[in-house]
Amino acid sequence: MYYKTKGYKIFSAVNYTFIGVLSILCILPILHILAVSFSSMAPASANLVGFWPIGFTTDAYVKTFGNSNFINSLIVSLERTVLATVIGMALVLITAYPLAKEDSAFRGRSIYTWFLVFTILFSGGLIPSYILVQKLGLMDTIWALVLPGALSVWNVILMMNFFRGLPKELEEAAYLDGAGQFKTLILVYIPLSLPSIATLSLFTMVYHWNAWFDGMIYMSDIKNYPLASLLQTIIVQQDFSKINVDASMLENVSQRTVRAAQIFIGALPILMVYPFLQRFFVKGLVLGAVKE
Amino acid sequence: MKDLTLNTQKKTSTDKKRWNMKRNWPLHMMLVPAVLLAIIFQYVPMAGIVIAFQDFKPWLGFTGSKWVGWDNFRYLFLYPDVGQVIWNTLVIAVFKIIAGLIAPLSFAVLLNEIRWAGFKRVSQTLVYLPHFMSWVILGGILLDILSPQGGMVNKLVIALGGEPIFFLGDGTWFRITIIVSDVWKEFGFGTIVFLASLSGINPALYEAAEVDGANRWKQTVHITLPALLPITIVVLTLSLGNILNAGFDQVFNLYNPLVYDKGDIIDTFVYRLGILNGKMSFATTVGLFKSVVATILIVVSYRLADKFANYRVF
Repeated sequence: MYYKTKGYKIFSAVNYTFIGVLSILCILPILHILAVSFSSMAPASANLVGFWPIGFTTDAYVKTFGNSNFINSLIVSLERTVLATVIGMALVLITAYPLAKEDSAFRGRSIYTWFLVFTILFSGGLIPSYILVQKLGLMDTIWALVLPGALSVWNVILMMNFFRGLPKELEEAAYLDGAGQFKTLILVYIPLSLPSIATLSLFTMVYHWNAWFDGMIYMSDIKNYPLASLLQTIIVQQDFSKINVDASMLENVSQRTVRAAQIFIGALPILMVYPFLQRFFVKGLVLGAVKE
Repeated sequence: MKDLTLNTQKKTSTDKKRWNMKRNWPLHMMLVPAVLLAIIFQYVPMAGIVIAFQDFKPWLGFTGSKWVGWDNFRYLFLYPDVGQVIWNTLVIAVFKIIAGLIAPLSFAVLLNEIRWAGFKRVSQTLVYLPHFMSWVILGGILLDILSPQGGMVNKLVIALGGEPIFFLGDGTWFRITIIVSDVWKEFGFGTIVFLASLSGINPALYEAAEVDGANRWKQTVHITLPALLPITIVVLTLSLGNILNAGFDQVFNLYNPLVYDKGDIIDTFVYRLGILNGKMSFATTVGLFKSVVATILIVVSYRLADKFANYRVF
């Protein structure tokens, strides 16, 4: 066998090392931030911290959670993620179900499909969308973050392809038992699609938790910023002009340990759902590829 | 459904139509919310493109603003920065596409040689992770570790005997940083499609090659790589549509005025021009230019993927 040859054994050793190093490289920056966030101020600002905290303290987290802007934005982010996921998934299910029918069984199906798919191909762009949200009076409301992106046509396509893979006999049986379309969707299709629904929900949650740009342009008051937008403003732009703070708080915010703590809290929900996400997503990505 | 259509065929065509309507009206109802949302949030902004042909002033509105015809488009090619911005976008996007294809492809082939399942699983878990982090978080981390004043990476550079590098303050280094960090974020996730193809290769092929005396390298060159060719063509053609997408989120979270000359891309340019400087009409024109080119490229690349690799998204 090839893997018993000397040459392959040498390759194998190199290969394990290479893949091991690359894999660790993907997590090291996050470990570093975590270590800095739990270190005390002096070693952190002197850049002495590597991957283990020096002078362990939770000061940075205490300060972060003592900041009302931060708490506010955490609430906005949670609210946004829950609303957008619930609305988004409901939309995906009721949109994918009719589109999964055969053209012959549902006249107009292909018109609807193209009408929706065209929005992936072409868009009005940033400025017209911005003016629209302004005209609709959604500025500074949570709906400016939820509604414009509520319908994910990509997710609809994935769900539609999954529905198409379900046996047709189930639908016939439901029909013969007197179930209407809504009943068929709710009692037959949805229970059979729970893994896919879980996958798409997690993807939607991650998307909305991470979204920062809409919050920045549609919210004028820092109190309405979702967490990702707040982090963008104070960590990346290092712009404190929008936040009403006294000097002592400014000092806190600019501390390296506090910044690290904020970054880590921003990443934490993703790290928490990730194990579930990973279990599902390979299957979930493949489900869209199953076609007849 | 087959049996049902057979039954209805016996009836007259008007009956069939009526039956269709009665059975199908809930389907139309289900599509109402999606269609409404698409109209409001996608098609209405498309109509908003008219401001590319106007000198749009928010206080005058769509009807009150002056029509200027194609002036904005003429301006597009005269405005001093536009050429540079398009060039920056192309350079960054093309390198990202190439590196973003080679890295996951090679990693998948190497990962496929790992026979210890536990090691493989842990490695996959780690390399997929950065894909799910936003550029705000990663931008914050990169600002910290790339800092010329004692950032982790520069400490390493100094330890190796080099001068500290201002990764995010020097134009050329900025481009390299953008490309490398994007590959770092996405290479793991990109392996998924290749790993799926690899698992589909018939093991009998390798056994036969083994019997014929081919070593693992020869097996890789003559079996593994050819088997990956179709999916590689798909990935490459589909990424054609991204040729003007250099990654707004990433560039916006890492750039600063020092690197505008080499790091400013179409999307960040449109944002600064339109939202910050209030030149809404011109920003829309630039955005429209990008949107049209991208749409054409996407349609062409989907056709190509269909033709050469028999791949259809829907």
